[in-house]
Amino acid sequence: MSAVRALGLSAATAAMSVVAGCRGQQSVMDPAGPQASRIEWLFWVVFWIALSAFVLVMLAFGRAAMRSGASKDEPPLPIIKEPPGDRAATVVVGLAVALTVIGLFSILALSAVTGAAAAGPTSKNPVTIQITGHQWWWEVTYPNTQPDQIVITANEIHIPVGKPIVILTKSEDVIHSFWPPNVNGKRDLLPGNQTAYWMQVDKPGIYRGQCAEFCGYQHAHMGFRIVAESEADFSKWQQAQIKPAKDPSDAETIRGRAVFMSRACVMCHTIRGTDAGSRVGPDLTHVGSRQMIAAETLPNTRGALAGWILDPQGIKPGNRMSPNPMPPDDLNALITYLQSLQ
Amino acid sequence: MRSKFAIVTVCLLVIAGCERENREFRQPPSASEVFNSIQVSGLHPGGTSPEGGPAVPNPYEESAYAVSEGKRLFAQYNCVGCHANGGGGIGPPLMDNVWIYGGEPGNIFATVMEGRPNGMPSFRARIPEFQAWEIVAYVRSLSGQLPKDVAPSRSDHMQVKPSESSMSPQRPTGITGAPESHQ
Repeated sequence: MSAVRALGLSAATAAMSVVAGCRGQQSVMDPAGPQASRIEWLFWVVFWIALSAFVLVMLAFGRAAMRSGASKDEPPLPIIKEPPGDRAATVVVGLAVALTVIGLFSILALSAVTGAAAAGPTSKNPVTIQITGHQWWWEVTYPNTQPDQIVITANEIHIPVGKPIVILTKSEDVIHSFWPPNVNGKRDLLPGNQTAYWMQVDKPGIYRGQCAEFCGYQHAHMGFRIVAESEADFSKWQQAQIKPAKDPSDAETIRGRAVFMSRACVMCHTIRGTDAGSRVGPDLTHVGSRQMIAAETLPNTRGALAGWILDPQGIKPGNRMSPNPMPPDDLNALITYLQSLQ
Repeated sequence: MRSKFAIVTVCLLVIAGCERENREFRQPPSASEVFNSIQVSGLHPGGTSPEGGPAVPNPYEESAYAVSEGKRLFAQYNCVGCHANGGGGIGPPLMDNVWIYGGEPGNIFATVMEGRPNGMPSFRARIPEFQAWEIVAYVRSLSGQLPKDVAPSRSDHMQVKPSESSMSPQRPTGITGAPESHQ
């Protein structure tokens, strides 16, 4: 009997340590806000219910295995019919079925309650952010009734810590799914259907998220990050993002802008404050201030930008950006200009 | 033995059919030789005319993927702004058989790259050449000049199809032996 108990105990320990390894970046086990905490709580409830069911079954199995002391050489024991007065087997099976039904239904009920609580509105005065899914990047808009106060960026969602956020989701092409595991559950982005997704982050930091609905070639490289910062830092960031692009002052940067305006870049990208105004690709008005490029694929460095501009199809095959072969001097000037867009 | 041969033949045919869906993401850096061989102006130095110039085949007209990319780019680069989805508006319609500047792939490519009088802008250096060829393939599919299995088949917009009244009336299939002369 003690051997069985030890087996159950070691199985539980093993499961716990495996689960503990899942903590950290992009993990449901490491909640950063109230919605994520609820989901984590639900996870542990389900985990313990499932674990107790497993241990109970193993105990019963072990007991049965030990009780029949038959060795290999002996003929198998005959199947004995239950005597009419003895209802032990019926009681045991009935109990097991009842326990299973209760366990499963409580999981169902708890997940419904948790889901409703994590999805529901938490405030009448939230920060509103519009997320639009594209193949294969995220458009991030901070709407405002005054058109000149609207912030548009890509793949990087800045939010103030401790404030309720409502994310309005939609998609431009196919179904995507918005999923920052440390913050809240998944939400599908449907073409032609806007939904509201509530979240809140209480710990400052960077939380990675990922598209969770297969959406084409570069689905796996369709990441985003949530940058949770203090209220002061957030409004500083927002004020900087509202401004149109800074006019270049030195010769290299001016040349870089000319390269941008005379090549394929201008066909897809917007830089507010210039003639570039296409809405096909990400808004690059403040691309220099972003931490990553190409939807969390590359760090925003000179080298990565150069590689991405010259050969995007080598880095993310099938993505919507066309290759831009150009002379090294032009490329250098273009990158200097892009990095000056702070 | 014969059945093996048949299986191999069928497999080869199936594999050959995949060309239609072949997707090349990384394009060769330059396709400019083709571009230089297209005649844009009727004026020639020396008084001799090369009579229309060489016909340039469009490598993308056999690829369903390239044509669908052309369709996407046609909207993305705002061709629809003037030509609508082929029906025309500010610019001429592209789904009829009237071509002001020629309807061969090379002509359409030159129209996109060099522009034309009265409003068609030049997209030279703004659209990579392989994308321009994809757009050319799509534009030609609008007027039904591409093989049927390549052209986008489920368009949300107007399509070129013979009208029902112009088609010869078809007898419903599956009815055999029913005499037609009873009326």
